[in-house]
Amino acid sequence: MCMPEARAPVHVDGEVVASKRIGGYRHLTLTAPGVPERFRAGNFVAVSVAGHVTRRTLWVHRVRASSAFGPTLDVVVEARGSGTAWLTAQPVGAKVAITGPLGRAFALPKEAVSCLLVGEGYAAAPLFPLAERLRERGCAVSLVVSAPDEARLLSALEARRSARSVTVLTADGSVGQRGTVGDHVDDLVRRSEADVVYAAGPSHVLRAAAGAAERVGAWSQVAVETSMPCGTGLCHGCPLPVVGEDGVDRVVRACTEGPVVRGDRVRWDDL
Amino acid sequence: MSAWLPGPVLVAAGCGGTGRELEPYAGPAGLEGLDFVTRSITLDARQGGPGPRLVEVPGGVVNAVGLPNPGLEHFLATELPWLVRAGARVIVSIAGSTMGEYADLARRLSRAPGVAGLEVNVGAPDEVGLGLFEVREPYHSASVIAAVRREFPADRPVLAKLRPDVSRVVEGARSCHEAGATAIVIGNAVPAAFPDGRAGGLSGPAIAPIALRCVAAVHQALPDLPTIGCGGVRDLASARSYLTAGATAVQVGTALLHDPTTVARLRAELDPTRHPSTPTPSEEDA
Repeated sequence: MCMPEARAPVHVDGEVVASKRIGGYRHLTLTAPGVPERFRAGNFVAVSVAGHVTRRTLWVHRVRASSAFGPTLDVVVEARGSGTAWLTAQPVGAKVAITGPLGRAFALPKEAVSCLLVGEGYAAAPLFPLAERLRERGCAVSLVVSAPDEARLLSALEARRSARSVTVLTADGSVGQRGTVGDHVDDLVRRSEADVVYAAGPSHVLRAAAGAAERVGAWSQVAVETSMPCGTGLCHGCPLPVVGEDGVDRVVRACTEGPVVRGDRVRWDDL
Repeated sequence: MSAWLPGPVLVAAGCGGTGRELEPYAGPAGLEGLDFVTRSITLDARQGGPGPRLVEVPGGVVNAVGLPNPGLEHFLATELPWLVRAGARVIVSIAGSTMGEYADLARRLSRAPGVAGLEVNVGAPDEVGLGLFEVREPYHSASVIAAVRREFPADRPVLAKLRPDVSRVVEGARSCHEAGATAIVIGNAVPAAFPDGRAGGLSGPAIAPIALRCVAAVHQALPDLPTIGCGGVRDLASARSYLTAGATAVQVGTALLHDPTTVARLRAELDPTRHPSTPTPSEEDA
């Protein structure tokens, strides 16, 4: 199947137009001609880091169709290695090569159903544009943002516009309710009467959310957070064990057949 | 009847996805006319290795991807027809655990419409771990090439992809050439280890000087044997180093993990219609 031109990713020279530190993360606003226009919630981008061989993949937190700089996208970066440290140190005006949008986006319900969105850490970013799309469709959106501590909590303030309810969880209780997604997710799924559970974050969060959805007969879609060396499907370096639609075990590429997959399709024990 | 030679720029095996993933970055012509070496195809489907399959190290990557591929049957039914429709010149990389498997693959691929040539993977960095036919001596690779050549039409190229091991590469190239290889690809990833000691292969700019030395040695010893340089090709300068050392073409692999448009860029820059005379490094320096 050939990808329609309007959806195919592009590799372009972008520019950092804003950079601010919020808690433990760096929020970068980037221009990347053609990328915001093609973006759908759940897509990600990859940045070529000077002096490094592989790319760094980043979740998109927000897309603006227009701004003083034209269309832009916001990414959330946690400096965890030399590549992401380089990226967080890029000043306003710096040029960066950006590839995107990449991967499969979240599938949106055809009807106005009740949706629970569960995210942890910086990887919760794709749930924010998703919440906006769902609200446009008349869905009742309940959002759960969790983190080990307050510094690694993605701000849910802006999401209050799109979400009917927002729940904050921190493992150390520094803000919101104390506990992890695993502790609270069954209760949250029940209370929100969710028909669909969307999750984004580390695999233990995705697994907990997918399991809770399955227990009440709801659908789940999870955005898998894993190391993606190229992000484009070329290198086969991001194996994701799944059960196919036909019931056959397969290993697919998280970047290309994912990052968003049905939660009940992931073979969590083999991950 | 002699076989045609691919080049001057090829996509290296295992670095172009199924072709579909490379298409958005392949330039205005797409895959039309592109010499595309597929990932290594085996008779039976392989899921590939566990994660992490690939880590970045200074100057390159260490990988143990494990040759994931859908097996010959599925490849012939889905991936090959797509590549042919996209206009690529498809060179199928093949890997087998026995000589018989290599011969089977060659025979069945010789009948498949659109297979422009074969590349025989006889230099995997961890063939034992991968369960592939073990190539310790030059006659091992030569016997594989001979088995493949018997099953594949003489007017289409059979490339032998060897390890960039300078102490053995000339011997290996000579044996493969005598066994019927049209050209020698130098080379595969260099045997290496992950930080935790797991076996893998090193590729990228770090191995370019090693592969270049091998290309130069083979060209000097066997000037009539076409060689294809592979290892750290990322820009015009690195491509020209190989061409200057005697290679007739280059393959681009790991560079696509940094910039997926590398192949499109090099195809334009090395386009013979744009550069009527053979470019030399001094031209670029000027």
